[in-house]
Amino acid sequence: MTRKRWILVAVGSALALVAAVWAINAFGSKPAPAAPATTAASTPTETAHITATLFYASSDGQSLVGVKRDVPLASGVVEQGRQILLTELQAAPQPYIKVIPEGTALRAFYVTDRGDAFVDLSPEVSRAHPGGSLNELMTVYALVNAVTTNLPAVQSVQILVDGKEVDAIAGHVDIRRPLTRDTSLVRERDTTQDSKLKTQKP
Amino acid sequence: MTPRLPITRASAAVVALFLLALPLLPFAQDNGAPYTLLSRDARRSIPIVVNGGRELIALDDVAALFSLTVRGDSLAGGFTITYRGRTIIASADQPMASVEGKVVALPSPVVQVGRRWLVPVEFLSRALSPIYDQRITLRPAARLVILGDLRVPRLAARIDAAGPPTRATFLVTPAARVTATTESGRVVLRVEADALEATLPPSATGLIENIRLGDQSDTVIVALTRGAGTPRVQMVTADNATRVIVEIPPGVAPQTPGAPGTETPAPAPVSIRTPQTIVIDPGHGGEDVGVRGAGGLEEKQLTLDVARRVRSLIESRLGLRVIMTRDDDKLVTLDERAATANNNKASLLVSLHANGSPSATPAGAEVFYDRLDREGEAAKKAAAAQAIALPIIGGGTRRIEIIPWDLAQAAHVEASDVLAGVLEEELRKVVPMSARPRQQAPMRLLSAANMPAAVVEMAYLTNGKQEKDAGTDAFKNNVAQAIVNAIARFRSMTEDRETP
Repeated sequence: MTRKRWILVAVGSALALVAAVWAINAFGSKPAPAAPATTAASTPTETAHITATLFYASSDGQSLVGVKRDVPLASGVVEQGRQILLTELQAAPQPYIKVIPEGTALRAFYVTDRGDAFVDLSPEVSRAHPGGSLNELMTVYALVNAVTTNLPAVQSVQILVDGKEVDAIAGHVDIRRPLTRDTSLVRERDTTQDSKLKTQKP
Repeated sequence: MTPRLPITRASAAVVALFLLALPLLPFAQDNGAPYTLLSRDARRSIPIVVNGGRELIALDDVAALFSLTVRGDSLAGGFTITYRGRTIIASADQPMASVEGKVVALPSPVVQVGRRWLVPVEFLSRALSPIYDQRITLRPAARLVILGDLRVPRLAARIDAAGPPTRATFLVTPAARVTATTESGRVVLRVEADALEATLPPSATGLIENIRLGDQSDTVIVALTRGAGTPRVQMVTADNATRVIVEIPPGVAPQTPGAPGTETPAPAPVSIRTPQTIVIDPGHGGEDVGVRGAGGLEEKQLTLDVARRVRSLIESRLGLRVIMTRDDDKLVTLDERAATANNNKASLLVSLHANGSPSATPAGAEVFYDRLDREGEAAKKAAAAQAIALPIIGGGTRRIEIIPWDLAQAAHVEASDVLAGVLEEELRKVVPMSARPRQQAPMRLLSAANMPAAVVEMAYLTNGKQEKDAGTDAFKNNVAQAIVNAIARFRSMTEDRETP
């Protein structure tokens, strides 16, 4: 009996703690929603940021490269994931190449209790895709790796197109089921490129 | 002349009457369709006498054919056959014979007609065989008497579909090696046997003019009509039967030949020894162009062009059946492609593609094989755990693993790895390879393939030089040849493994 009561107290206090953290986050990020709506981070100094690793093609087109970028801070896993993806969909910093087709928009992002994230993209991701297995692998794993690398709560990512489950974006890579992180296409980050990136950024 | 006419008529009438009365006479005999005596070195005809609805053979003929000594004993009303010191004794009107002292039943009595002795056909297998130094087997349906241990499989032919394509199936039991030779206007099926007990369909259907026995006792000839195209032959051996499927597509009109250099008709007769089907999948098609190079070369064109070259090489060199998931510029879904391979029980699937990169730098060929995701791994384990044992006819059980069809590759990933490795090695001999020549990735088409399967990315069309090269006949022929070499190597490897 005493043991049971102890567990109840522990669970209760844990819940209270989670609620408190949520409340702080929710209030703290109140002014934020306006920022992602106006696309570009035009006022980087005004909003809080996190540093996230985003994925782009290397300048020689051979590999994916993880690049550290500022992403607006958001409340909760889902909102933060949305911010990470919105940044991933934007133009790549020099000298990297964006691997998500131009015009692709994020329709929705949500996470299930099992830790499966769903990334729902507009049909341009398929329609405007240049094709080729390497291009397609890069598109898929830039998205999957961006979400799973930066959101530890997410184990795998399922990509949807126009709200629907599809076979593949461009006819090769199986995206019917959630995919886990895969770094086999990722090349070790080039530090010289990184420093170049920093000097170019502001 | 006229006065002789009544006489002629009269004599004709007498002859006719005699002929009509013949069966009624006590010694009347009809000649039935003869049996054929098959031995290792000869075929001889055995005349048949039909008496009272029974098929009988004259003992004189038996004695001559089998070198027997026959001694009639009119007093006892019987005869004695002697062969190398062994004897058979039989009596008139008795449905039995004494073979070396043992009584053997016969389906009808031994008959004496005048001075001739007639014995039922079964006398050969039941009475003579035990004392003869070679086994004598009777095949009444085929009207065959087989001397010795000859292989005389049954071959039942039927036409499944008039088509076109016209489809005929030949079922050989027990299983035997069958060689199919495609000649102009006909397919010759040679069964590795001493003779065939064949049941053939009587009439012409579709693009098949007729199916008949060949001049040699082990061949069946499928004669094709003028409108027939190049036949495809597929063979499957299972449950001690060999099934040969001959599919005849309609011929191509002479004024519309295929793409130059791709539709080379098989120069020599195509010999098919192992029943196998290879499915070649030309990637993309129709509105899905795949990668488009800066110079205008489209992936969908390149894949179809090379696939056709692969097909004609496999058919002429390896003599295997090749099915393409598309043979024109049309959109085919990934599931339809996998279904083509699965439904045709292909022994392997090779999908052809060309690659694309966001930069013009990457170059070289790559081979992909499937990587199972979480559910694929789970499906593989579940399949092994849930395998059910089904009883099979003739005793024993057979394990059947149940796996979702769209995760069919789970059972073949290791073999696909080997296939990808062989493809990589053969491609490396003729074309530049990329920095990642062999990769494992979750490939949608491959995951649903129930056989070893791989994707070949021939070149990067986003690389200017590669695009230019890929458009040349030399490149296409080299890639096609490398793929065919890899298929041949893979087959020999897997055959070695299957026959330990």
